[in-house]
Amino acid sequence: MASGTFADAGADLELVGIQKRFPGFTAIEHLDLSIPAGSFFALLGPSGCGKTTTLRLVAGLEEPTAGSILIGGTDVTQQKAFQRPVNTVFQSYALFPHMTVLENVAFGLRRRKIADPVGKAHEALRLVELDHLAARKPQQLSGGQQQRVALARAIVNKPALLLLDEPLGALDLKLRRQMQLELKTIQEEVGLTFLHVTHDQEEAMTMADTIAVMNKGRIEQMGAPEVLYELPKTAFVANFLGQSNLFTGPVIGSTSTSITVDVAGHRVVVPADRAHRHAGEVTIGVRPEKMWLHRKAPAEAADRNIMGPGRVIDVSFSGVSTQYLVAVPYIGTLIVFAQNMAFGPVADVGDEVWLDWHVEHGFGLEDEPIPGAGPRFAADTDTRSIAAQRRESLVTELEEA
Amino acid sequence: MKISLGKWLLPLYSALALLFLMVPIAYTFVFSFNDSLKSNITWRGFTFDKWLNVCAVQNGAVCEAFGNSLVIGSVATVLATVMGTMIAIAIVRYRFRFRSATSLLLFLPMATPEVVLGAGLAAQFLSLGVAKDMTTIILAHTMFCISFVVVTVKARVASLDPALEEAGRDLYGSSAQVFLRVTLPLLVPGILAAALLSFALSFDDFIITNFNSGAVTTFPKYIYISAARGIPAEANVIASAVFIFALVVVVTAQVSSAARAKRLAKEA
Repeated sequence: MASGTFADAGADLELVGIQKRFPGFTAIEHLDLSIPAGSFFALLGPSGCGKTTTLRLVAGLEEPTAGSILIGGTDVTQQKAFQRPVNTVFQSYALFPHMTVLENVAFGLRRRKIADPVGKAHEALRLVELDHLAARKPQQLSGGQQQRVALARAIVNKPALLLLDEPLGALDLKLRRQMQLELKTIQEEVGLTFLHVTHDQEEAMTMADTIAVMNKGRIEQMGAPEVLYELPKTAFVANFLGQSNLFTGPVIGSTSTSITVDVAGHRVVVPADRAHRHAGEVTIGVRPEKMWLHRKAPAEAADRNIMGPGRVIDVSFSGVSTQYLVAVPYIGTLIVFAQNMAFGPVADVGDEVWLDWHVEHGFGLEDEPIPGAGPRFAADTDTRSIAAQRRESLVTELEEA
Repeated sequence: MKISLGKWLLPLYSALALLFLMVPIAYTFVFSFNDSLKSNITWRGFTFDKWLNVCAVQNGAVCEAFGNSLVIGSVATVLATVMGTMIAIAIVRYRFRFRSATSLLLFLPMATPEVVLGAGLAAQFLSLGVAKDMTTIILAHTMFCISFVVVTVKARVASLDPALEEAGRDLYGSSAQVFLRVTLPLLVPGILAAALLSFALSFDDFIITNFNSGAVTTFPKYIYISAARGIPAEANVIASAVFIFALVVVVTAQVSSAARAKRLAKEA
């Protein structure tokens, strides 16, 4: 990029056949990715899935083993980090401790010899509402303030592409929610292309226009948050993005609009346009909040799938909803989220219950089910892990208060 | 009666230990005001003469030795600090052949007895036919100071967050700019400490210097030689002045850093 000028606007990013090997392991197997200009794109995945490596490749902090990186149509694979029109908000913020907040923000402008670096730095600090702290050193700021300085230091350069490496990870829950909204507002305001790397599925769904779910160096599925949530393609996506009840069985009948799957003797119908595979052994699923809990066997209906009887093995109250764990013989443990419409739980531990859901809420995965792998898809819902989860959420609540 | 260890014994022990350490310094300081003749062993009355005419004795031999020590200390410090810093960064940041061997060899001058080091160096200079003068002393001092610089700066480099340099590169800084504006400023405290240590080590080194100095006299060497006939009070003057200078520097640094911490606490 020529010095003294800004990028006109956000640019699109294209990764073509990227592979990255480190001595001893492959971080990214084969990655093709295209991010349109001006979008808020999230790379979501568990730690070690290759998402941070992807980000570092784009920033120029690592070199790909194979493949090429294009920003706004220009091949930048051979360019050094300082030559790329890209800026990063680091996970640790990486603010220079020996400079004031203002000098931190002006650093990139000064390196590129852009006119009036101090004025522009003040402007960026005003955008993140920290201009009154411009003369401070970074270590005198709180975590949230440091995070905003790191953001100002990146966006002041008006990069074609802004990379965010889990920048909210170190903040507490309340501040994180607030920063998520602020980031989204700023992105809309400045119109830059944001590439956000995170392992927090809620964060990704709140902020991003498009999410790519990454696992083991590959992209499992990419799309709008609603699409990913409603129609996950793989068991990994179904369980990483929210929770799912998954069942495996052979297709025993199909019409032009639906398929019928035999799940341990239960006939389960899934709309054909919501199923990725229409024949053979398939995995189908339904989200826990789409399921209904009944104390008596519900009447058979064409538009509902029924399962049961099962036995409630755990009830946990979480304010807006109650989570029930129901053990259904030959199928496994299912999760149900029920809205708290009445005072007190609908069913107690040990009660016999039936479950049902609307046919149109089911989905079918693209994954090849592994024979006899029922438990593979079962969520980790033994009582101990539930207890641990509940304790964790209680602790966060307490910290917030 | 019960003897309270914490109340009496510990303060007494501390006071005695301090006294033991302070007596030679106090003696040196007090006798720098002694109106001495040839030797400075008996108290002959108070005078400022030695402080005012410190270079007068023995045609300025004390001052010449002191000057030599300053020059040697400064040059050796600069050389050792520059090279040691470069080695420290290389050892922490890069994986190269003989990296661990380099680390080990750097440790050797610290572990080897000075007599062995000094004698070995003298033998090398002799077999190479190098005349012993200021240059040989500077070479010898630079050699052992490098080890201390590397150890000190290495710790600082290792504690440096690599993300800071990455941020510099990400914010359009070329390698040279990142080094000058990010890496080096962050290493300064370590480099400064290493330089002070080098200078102190070089300034008061006697053993290695004695083997490799030829006719050149440094301050420690001067004192050693004159100890045989009685050290002139001028040597006490210089020693006291160096001590007071160091004390002032340390106290000033402490006071200003305490003031800064207080100011930061108030702002935050």
